[in-house]
Amino acid sequence: MSGPNTNYDPVETTPLQVEALEQMVAEAKAAFAQAVTVADLKAARIAHTGDRSPLALANREIGALPPQARKEAGQRIGKARGEVNQALKVRDEEVRAAELQRVLVEERIDVSLPTEIQPRGAVHPITGLMDRMGEVFVAMGWEVAEGPEAEAEWVNFDALNIHPDHPARQMQDTLYLEPLETNTLLRTHTSPVQMRTMLDREVPIYIVCPGKVYRADELDATHVPVFHQIEGLCVDKGITFAHLRGTLEHLAKAMFGEVRTRMRPNYFPFTEPSAEVDLECFVCHGESVGNPDRPCRTCNSEGWIEWGGCGVVNPRVLRAAGIDPEVYSGFAFGMGIERTLMFRNDAADMRDMVEGDIRFSRSLMGGAR
Amino acid sequence: MKAPISWLREYVALPDTLDAHELATRLIGYGHEVERVESAGADVMGPVVVGRVLDLEKNEQKNGKLINWCHVDVGELNDPETGNRGIICGAHNFVAGDYVVVALPGAVLPGDFAIAARKTYGHVSDGMICSTSELGLGDDGTHGIIVLGDTDDAGRLLVPGQDAGPLLHLREDVLDIAVTPDMGYCLSIRGLAREAAEATGSSFTDVIDRDVPSPVSDGFPVSVEDPTGCPVFVALRLTGLDPQAQSPRWMRRRLALSGMRPISLGVDVTNYVMLETGQPLHAYDAATLQDGIVVRRARAGEKLTTLDGVVRTLDPQDLLITDGSGPIGLAGVMGGEHTELRETTTEVILESANFDALSMSRTARRHALGSEAARRNERGVDPNAAYAAAHRAAALLVEYGGATLDPAETVVGAVPVTPVQTIAVDLPSRILGTTISVADTIRHLEGGGTLVERHGGQLALVPPTWRPDLMDPYDYVEEVGRKVGLDSIEGILPAAPAGAGFTASQRARRALNLALPTAGFTEVLSFPFIAVDDLDRMGVPADDARRDVVTVANPLSDVQPKLRTTLLPGLFGAVARNTSRSLDDLALYEQGAIFRGTERPAAPRLPVDRRPSGKETAALTSALPEQPRHLACVLTGYWRRPGWPGAGEPVSWVHAAHFAETAAETVGLVLERRAAEVAPWHPGRCAELSVAGTVVGHAGELHPTVCEAYGLPARTCAAELDLDLLIALAPEGGQVASISSHPVAKEDVALVVDASVASADVEAALVRGAGDLLESVRLFDVYEGEQIPAGKKSLAYALRFRAADRTLKDKEAIAARDAAVAAAAELGAELRS
Repeated sequence: MSGPNTNYDPVETTPLQVEALEQMVAEAKAAFAQAVTVADLKAARIAHTGDRSPLALANREIGALPPQARKEAGQRIGKARGEVNQALKVRDEEVRAAELQRVLVEERIDVSLPTEIQPRGAVHPITGLMDRMGEVFVAMGWEVAEGPEAEAEWVNFDALNIHPDHPARQMQDTLYLEPLETNTLLRTHTSPVQMRTMLDREVPIYIVCPGKVYRADELDATHVPVFHQIEGLCVDKGITFAHLRGTLEHLAKAMFGEVRTRMRPNYFPFTEPSAEVDLECFVCHGESVGNPDRPCRTCNSEGWIEWGGCGVVNPRVLRAAGIDPEVYSGFAFGMGIERTLMFRNDAADMRDMVEGDIRFSRSLMGGAR
Repeated sequence: MKAPISWLREYVALPDTLDAHELATRLIGYGHEVERVESAGADVMGPVVVGRVLDLEKNEQKNGKLINWCHVDVGELNDPETGNRGIICGAHNFVAGDYVVVALPGAVLPGDFAIAARKTYGHVSDGMICSTSELGLGDDGTHGIIVLGDTDDAGRLLVPGQDAGPLLHLREDVLDIAVTPDMGYCLSIRGLAREAAEATGSSFTDVIDRDVPSPVSDGFPVSVEDPTGCPVFVALRLTGLDPQAQSPRWMRRRLALSGMRPISLGVDVTNYVMLETGQPLHAYDAATLQDGIVVRRARAGEKLTTLDGVVRTLDPQDLLITDGSGPIGLAGVMGGEHTELRETTTEVILESANFDALSMSRTARRHALGSEAARRNERGVDPNAAYAAAHRAAALLVEYGGATLDPAETVVGAVPVTPVQTIAVDLPSRILGTTISVADTIRHLEGGGTLVERHGGQLALVPPTWRPDLMDPYDYVEEVGRKVGLDSIEGILPAAPAGAGFTASQRARRALNLALPTAGFTEVLSFPFIAVDDLDRMGVPADDARRDVVTVANPLSDVQPKLRTTLLPGLFGAVARNTSRSLDDLALYEQGAIFRGTERPAAPRLPVDRRPSGKETAALTSALPEQPRHLACVLTGYWRRPGWPGAGEPVSWVHAAHFAETAAETVGLVLERRAAEVAPWHPGRCAELSVAGTVVGHAGELHPTVCEAYGLPARTCAAELDLDLLIALAPEGGQVASISSHPVAKEDVALVVDASVASADVEAALVRGAGDLLESVRLFDVYEGEQIPAGKKSLAYALRFRAADRTLKDKEAIAARDAAVAAAAELGAELRS
């Protein structure tokens, strides 16, 4: 290798010749093209652009040239190096892209594997349904009222016009608490909450009372001794049976879609007039009636489903709460949540609802569907 | 109440085109719960005809059985070759010449029993001679095969081959109606016919065709000592009754269709008339009566053997029928055994009386007697029906039993005056929310028998004697409403005033029902009852608040007579049920009330005609047990099951504590945990949970003996919180954090402390010592082992410091760290070298 040509002695050096440089560029490009991995390319980069690469060495020869030749040689080398670097850059992108592609393929996993990082929880379907029904009323400006499950006999019965000789008050129907002299029991309906609300609040009253109730029934597929109800009470000026119906129609639509209601006169001590409210079958809409080819499980091909009881609040009940029935009137209604769940979500056996089996609790994956 | 349509048609002129289903629909619209329309006899199909037995030949079989080989004339249906039909019959209650019922090949009897000619006992039996049960007629009091008379009910001679169905009253639609308690009068054909007449616009004939006359005492002596308990008593005497006389076939059939068993003419007639008129009747064998009848209350210690053979000790409030011998019947509920009709009775005293409904229901319930008479009497019977019903029954005994009615009769008392009510003419419209004209209002009321007088804007109303339920103004609103048709009233959505939404407690509980399932817990709902020994099994000490148990006087199950004071036994039960079904990995929770308060004052019995005072309301509430809502969980098995990502994570106390913390955080609280020894938890693995010094619950691993006592898997964990208390402690409002964007300074410290020192206490000391610059502290390692002295543990904490207004200098962070360590040193903590 020559030292600086301080004497301006024009010396022709081989590496700076055009053919030689072209050769170097071609070899570098070929080496890059052969590189498959990032490591291959690194080796090729060092070999063809590093300090000891032929082009680097050729560059050092420039000093040996006479000053007037250096510029041209420098341009030539620069061009060659530029060409090599460009080729390297292109190839580098290609190799990296290919390498990433390979890694991404290698890293592929089975995304269908189960993702169990903790147990799956759920609210009980009864809770979900009860909450959902409550929301329908809160959205209308009603409020949710609650009260004690262990209740005074007067609130549960007397005040609701269920006189002491009413069959419901017998031991075989109602669970009483000891000592019997306390006149206390486990509420047989959520109606005592209505009474307490009338005693506690000013009219107008627009409330629903969801909650647990107790009857001395044997546990079987369609009866549970501890179950849930949602009851509603409205007391205001000018309230009529028509308002009762309008409210139930709204609840029915919110819970079941476009279905009609049917009001059948009935008897309850705390309402007068009283009615049973039936729901048009939300599955067959009555098409199964008299049509053996299209039986409907939900309504037993009857077209209607018994849903709950309702009526205009008996003025005797208002009087017991100190509300003047000459000024105010009201309506009340109530339905069983278990029964609603049965026909709404095809629950076949009420016992499943109370046994605590997690498969039942999780079957709707929480909430009310 | 079961009502055969033909019986209704006797008293209401229903259009011929109106079928039973349409009638049912109309009655449902009128407030009668028609549960079913039964098509009695519809399961008998094909040729079932009258046959005349020509001859019968007794054949004894090898098995000793005697059978009859009969030739029967079935008219046009005879075998053309033999001119009769040969039939094998095993019954023997008939002779040649009798008319019988024959099911011929091609007939189908109840139970899909198809009749065909078949070879049996060496003959081809070409049909079957039928008994009542084979035709689905039930037990009508006869035995063997049916032997018809020579004529039908109308006296026409029978013709072999004629259809036997009409003769037997085989086919009939029957309405099965669940009569509501206020409509006692619909426990009769009379009442239902009246309703059917109104509901269909047909004319009605009242079987009660005469009023109760003025009192007369010509007949059998009767004295009523308690006219309030027994306002009307009618007694008729019949003599010369043929004890062998049978009830006519139509009567037996109707009784059977109505669900009553035909017994004898005397008994059948009283039952028949009761079903028809709603008036319970009683027939006495006159020969057994001593002296006259006295109606009075029972005396202490008196006894009576009722018709069902039970000896009953009477209560002084029981109303009795007595004679010279003492009590002979529980008035209106059940007669006595001694004076009942028997097979030899020829002289009958018929009792038709009206009794006070309340007295009847009390006696019926006191003696647990649910007779058909009691069902009607306790709802209230038309007091004006007694006389006509007695005569209806007497006429039937005369006609079918050959008896003679003694014209000397006894009538005691009078029909009580019915109460007058006044309503505004527009009350029905105002309450029903639909426009009803005054004319329609009056028409509907009068249609039901109410006397209506209009005085300007008011209507004066006198209810008919058969409607004791019509008392209040709203009773009349209902009466109009059901006739207008409640279903015809169009709905109007009422506009409620603006509401406040859910209460804070409701919002909190709803939030928990989202957060806890999201955290992995599954809600269950258990019955809130516990066993006597549950608290013992849980090791709850005698002075624990959970021992303040409320007992159910009449529990559903003798095993669980107590109300829960803790949610855990219910959850243990759910665990047991799940594990018995091989569902072993469980994280269950429940929200619900618990009950405390063995000793409580009595709740007052308040009047219902006024609002109770504040003091009275408070007294009602103080009689109640405390009923705070609790929240609890039980965990067993794996929290995360072993699987492809690696080894599983069994549940531990950590998950129970996590449950409690999740609940607390959901309502905006941070729990403090410290060691506590509380049943049913493991004494070394139980955390007391508190908020600012108030204990809200406990969490941890259960005591091994508790797991054993309940059959729970070892190392089951649980938590229980007083949810109402937790929610009450939850903050309202609060201040959001001011966020510093200056860099954090991190300092790690490892402290060596006695193994008994709670990490939470060390952390609290660090926080206290570090001062305001401390942003967070996190325990990242706990070490016990060879590298530190025995009885010690090393706790490694990552401290993060940050200032709100500047970048911290190194020496500031170090000073804060040293201050934190110095505070921890008070607990004996030393920096680990």
